[in-house]
Amino acid sequence: MSILVNKDTKVIVQGFTGKEGTFHAEQCLAYGTKIVGGVTPNKGGQTHLGQPVFNTVSDAVKTTGATVSMIFVPPAFVGDAVMEAAEAGIELAVIITEGAPVKDMQMAKAHATKHGMKTLGPNCPGIITAEECKIGILPGMIFKKGKVGLISKSGTLTYEGANQVVKEGYGISTAVGIGGDPIIGLSYNQILPMFEADPETEAIVMIGEIGGDLEIQAAKLIKEQITKPVVAFIAGQTAPKGKTMGHAGAIVSGSAGTAKEKMEALEAAGVKVVVSPAEIGKAIAEVLAK
Amino acid sequence: MNIHEYQAKQIFAKYGVPVPKGIMVESVDAAVEAAKELGGPVWVVKAQIHAGGRGLGGGVKLAKTIEEVRELADEILGMTLVTHQTTAEGKLVQKLYIEDGADIKDEFYLSVVLDRKLEMPLIMASTEGGMNIEDVAENTPEKIITVPVDPAIGFQGFHGRQLAFGLGITDKAEQKKIISFAQKLFKLYMENDAEMIEINPLVRTGSGDFIALDGKMGFDNSALGRHPEIAAMRDLTEEDADEVEAAKYGLSYVALDGEIGCMVNGAGLAMGTMDTINYMGGTPANFLDVGGSANAETVAKGFEIILKNPKVKAIFVNIFGGIVRCDRIANGIIEATKITDINVPVIVRLDGTNAPEAAEILKNANISNLIVGDDLGDGAAKAVAAAKGE
Repeated sequence: MSILVNKDTKVIVQGFTGKEGTFHAEQCLAYGTKIVGGVTPNKGGQTHLGQPVFNTVSDAVKTTGATVSMIFVPPAFVGDAVMEAAEAGIELAVIITEGAPVKDMQMAKAHATKHGMKTLGPNCPGIITAEECKIGILPGMIFKKGKVGLISKSGTLTYEGANQVVKEGYGISTAVGIGGDPIIGLSYNQILPMFEADPETEAIVMIGEIGGDLEIQAAKLIKEQITKPVVAFIAGQTAPKGKTMGHAGAIVSGSAGTAKEKMEALEAAGVKVVVSPAEIGKAIAEVLAK
Repeated sequence: MNIHEYQAKQIFAKYGVPVPKGIMVESVDAAVEAAKELGGPVWVVKAQIHAGGRGLGGGVKLAKTIEEVRELADEILGMTLVTHQTTAEGKLVQKLYIEDGADIKDEFYLSVVLDRKLEMPLIMASTEGGMNIEDVAENTPEKIITVPVDPAIGFQGFHGRQLAFGLGITDKAEQKKIISFAQKLFKLYMENDAEMIEINPLVRTGSGDFIALDGKMGFDNSALGRHPEIAAMRDLTEEDADEVEAAKYGLSYVALDGEIGCMVNGAGLAMGTMDTINYMGGTPANFLDVGGSANAETVAKGFEIILKNPKVKAIFVNIFGGIVRCDRIANGIIEATKITDINVPVIVRLDGTNAPEAAEILKNANISNLIVGDDLGDGAAKAVAAAKGE
C-alpha cells in the first residue's frame, strides 16, 4: 500500500521529447516507473526512450490506458496541457513546470475539478512511492521504503526531511511535493486523510512555509481527523514581510500567512512542530518510539 | 512586478475607467508646463514611487497657482520619501505626476486581488476610502465588502449590485456608474494578468461621477512574457539593485540584516537554513536560492552578491544534491572560491547523492577558510560559531 501511485501506475509524459521531459522520464524509467508513452504534438508515431509518442493526450490514454500524466511543457502551455489531460480522462496530473501564470492555473484547476482529475503542483518536485514509482524530479535513491509519509511545499526540504528519516533508520511510504505557487492542486487537506487511511504509513512529516493559509486549514483537519503522529516544520520564521521568498506563494502579506501563526495552530492541533528542519529526523524517531 | 500610479492610470484610461487628467514629468520646468497644459484651477503634485502612504510622507500636495506647482515640484522632486511601505532609508523621488484636482464628495476604496483560498479574483470595496485598508479590516471589518468573481462566468450584473448596494449607493444613475467602473476594472485585471489593483481613494464627485484618484497595480511575473507593453513599464530604479542583479543569473535573493550569508538550493531549504541559523543564535544576512543546478558560475555569482554586504562575517553554503550530484557541486564550489576573493570563513554542507565523495573533495582542496559541515544542524552551528569569531 501507499498513496496515489504505486508500481502498477501507468504514466504518460506531456512534453515527453523536450530536454527536461526526456532527462527526467529517463530517470523515472530507471527507477521502475511504468512510463507507457508520451505526448508531443506533431511527433505522434515516433518512439522515444523506447515508448510511443502521441500527438494528443486523448490518443495516448486510449492506446496505453495511462491514468497519470507527468507534465513538463513550458510555463505558457501548462494551463492548456492540464485541461487537455482532464478532458482525456487522466486521473492525476503531476505538474513539474515552474513559472506557470497564476490565471492559467485558476482556469486549469477549475476545469480539472469539473472533470474529476486531481492535480499536483505546479512548480513541484512530484511524487514518489518508495522503491515502486517515481513521478517527477525527486532523487529516487534517497527514498528508502518505510512507514513515514511526507508532504511538502518545498522540493529540497522534501529531500532533506526524507534523508533524515532514513538516517534515523526509518523509511518513506510515499512522499508528495505539492509546490509553493499561489494556486496548487492537491494539498495537505486532501493528502493527510490518504496517509491516515494508508496501512503502510505510521507517521507523517508535513513541511509548510509562509504565505496563504493551507497549513492553518490542515491544523483544523488534523485535530478532527488524523490519529497518526504528525511532525511539522514551517519554513520562513525569519522571512521579512511583503517579500516573495523564491516560491511565488511564499509571501507574508500584511500580518497574514506568518510562520508563527501556522506553527501555533499546528501545535494546538497536537502536531510536533520543529523550529529547524535539522530536527525532522529526530522528531520522527521520537514519535515512532512512543 | 509593480508599476507607478501614472502607468496604472494609463491602463485604466485605456479601459474606460475614469481618471483625472494628468502628465508625468521629471523636472520642475516640465511640471510647470504640464500644469499650464492641464489648465487648473487646482493641481495635485504627486511623487511617483512604488510605495503607498505617499500623502502622509509629504509626497502628495495640492497647488492653487502655477507658482505653487513650481514650488511643490521643486520640493518633492529629489526628496527621499519615507512611508510605512518603504524601508527606513526611504525612496528617492525621480518622477512626478501633475494632475487635475478633483471635486471630492466622498472617498471609497476598491481593489481586486487573488483570493488564494477561493482560487479566484476577489473584489474588495469599502466606504472607508483614503484609510489604510489593513486598519479598516482590523478595526471595522464589517465596513469591507468582498465579492469573489469566478473567471469562468466573468463579472455579472449581480456582482455589481452587491458592490453598489454594499457601498450604500442608492441613486440609480450612480449605481450604473459604479457597476460599470468595477466591471471595466475586473476586465483589465483579467486581461493583463494583474496580481492586484488597488484604488484608494476612489472618489465620488459633487456631480455623482466616480473617479480613480489613485491607482496601484502589480502583475504576475510569470505572465509578463505575454504582455510586452506591461513588461516595458518596469522601473528598475524602484527595485533593490542586488535582487535585480541576482535575478539576471537565475538567483533569487532577498537582503536581511544579519551577519551570516546563506547560499542554498531551493526556496524552502533556503528559508529553513535562515530559520536554523536564527535558532542556533546567529542572524541570517540574506535569503539566496541558487536554483536546481548550483554550478561554479552561479555559486561564484552568489558569493559575489553576498560579499557586497559588509556586515557578512561568515557564509553558509547549504546544498542538498539530488539529481545534481554533490561531487560535481563540490568541484563547482572550489572553482568558485578560486574566481572570487573570499575573506570570511565559508562553511559548506553538501548532502544527498554522492555526499561522502563530495566531503572528500572539499577536505582535499586545502582551502584555508573552508569548513565542512556534516549535516544541516552541524553546518549551521559551525557558521554561527565562525561569525562570532569562535
